[in-house]
Amino acid sequence: MNLELPLERPAKAQRPFSVQEVVAGARQYLEQLPTVWVEGEISGFRVYRSGVWFFTLKDRVAQLSCVVFRREAERLRSQPADGLKVYAQGHLSVNAQRGQMQFVVDRLIPTSQGGFHAIRLEQARAALERDGLLAPERKRALPRFPRCIGVVTSPDGAAWSDVVAVVRRRWPGCELVLVGARVQGDEAPREIRRALALAQRCQGLDVLIVGRGGGSKEDLWAFNDEGVARAVAASRVPVISAVGHEVDVTLTDLVADVRAPTPSAAAEKAVPDRAEVVRQLASLGAHLGRSAGRRVETAGARLSRAALRMGAAVEHRVVVAGHFVATAAGRMTASCETRAATHRGRLERLGTALEALSPLAVLARGYAVARDASGRVLRRTADFPAGARFRLEVSDGEVRARAEAP
Amino acid sequence: MTSRPSLQAELERLEEIVRALEADELDLDRALGLFEEGIARLRGAREHLAAAELRLRQLGDAAGGGGAEVVDLDR
Repeated sequence: MNLELPLERPAKAQRPFSVQEVVAGARQYLEQLPTVWVEGEISGFRVYRSGVWFFTLKDRVAQLSCVVFRREAERLRSQPADGLKVYAQGHLSVNAQRGQMQFVVDRLIPTSQGGFHAIRLEQARAALERDGLLAPERKRALPRFPRCIGVVTSPDGAAWSDVVAVVRRRWPGCELVLVGARVQGDEAPREIRRALALAQRCQGLDVLIVGRGGGSKEDLWAFNDEGVARAVAASRVPVISAVGHEVDVTLTDLVADVRAPTPSAAAEKAVPDRAEVVRQLASLGAHLGRSAGRRVETAGARLSRAALRMGAAVEHRVVVAGHFVATAAGRMTASCETRAATHRGRLERLGTALEALSPLAVLARGYAVARDASGRVLRRTADFPAGARFRLEVSDGEVRARAEAP
Repeated sequence: MTSRPSLQAELERLEEIVRALEADELDLDRALGLFEEGIARLRGAREHLAAAELRLRQLGDAAGGGGAEVVDLDR
């Protein structure tokens, strides 16, 4: 190692460094080195009254003084025992008082119980977090009514048939596309990544389910692969993770838009229940009818109110008009009557005059009119030759007569 | 896929129409127009729901590489 201490010789006096200066410089230097994981066996474990832990990590040829400060110690909870093989995460520093290099530990994992995996997982998780792939605001909403659902899982596993069963029951009018991949074993991460990439090229895909049925922690390991998690995060359609387990959360779960505990649960999240949608539609239809009906009723009521008002106005007008007509008629009749009476009087007078002019009236006074057979009035003596027959018209009729010889 | 509106679009529009009708600020002509549209949307949505059987397919690498190939699954 080519360590260059970040120290500058005191400028003026070409004096030597103080011990404090050298130790502080070494500490400053060591503390800027990155966080690392170290594997070793714990020995000499002790807890100080301040709550700080001290121990030594050793392997066959070297040892490293370690310290766990109180805050981290409280987080770690269970104290490790001497002889325990662990992975420790931390950074190098210097204990100034003792002038001793020490490893400041913030994570401690036993190498048994998949400790190594846990470290890799932790590293991958940190990398994903650094890249912002775990941010809650990245989570996309699932489409309400998907038409095409991709399923990345094993063609032979229970997961596929579980998804098919749920979707067939709840939302049969859609399409399920299986994108096969082995989901356990060394090849699984690569195959899952490939399947995810393939699914991106599937036309019309609305949502993607990625997962498998339940299994041991090791069985589910492929879903903790950083590459798989990144492929899930890169999906152009929302992803539902369905890794069959309830307790632990895989990296795939962390980056997926929605997490489901099992493939069946993922299918339930992916599709709505058709019966429910039918009910919703019926209620919307009823609502539509009601609100439109009410709207029309309102308009109808307004219309009839308007009609009523209009009717009243017309009625009023009719009454006024009727009154006018009646009055006019009355006046007309009255005038007619007056006129008729006048006429009647005039007629009566005229009649009387006419009557007065009538020859009958003269006859009534005792005159008679002589007429020949043809009705000609006989006025002179010459009109009465001897023996001529004639009629005498008197007030109440005729008399036949014959002229005598003179 | 046909170019008719998706079920989501139909339902969203339907909800919008019902809200507009309930707001009661429309003139009757517009309200009746919306009602008619609502009925059509309702019919569209029902047609979506009446869709046929679940279709199962499998996606694999196309022969010759590069593309993706979809095959129907018999079940």
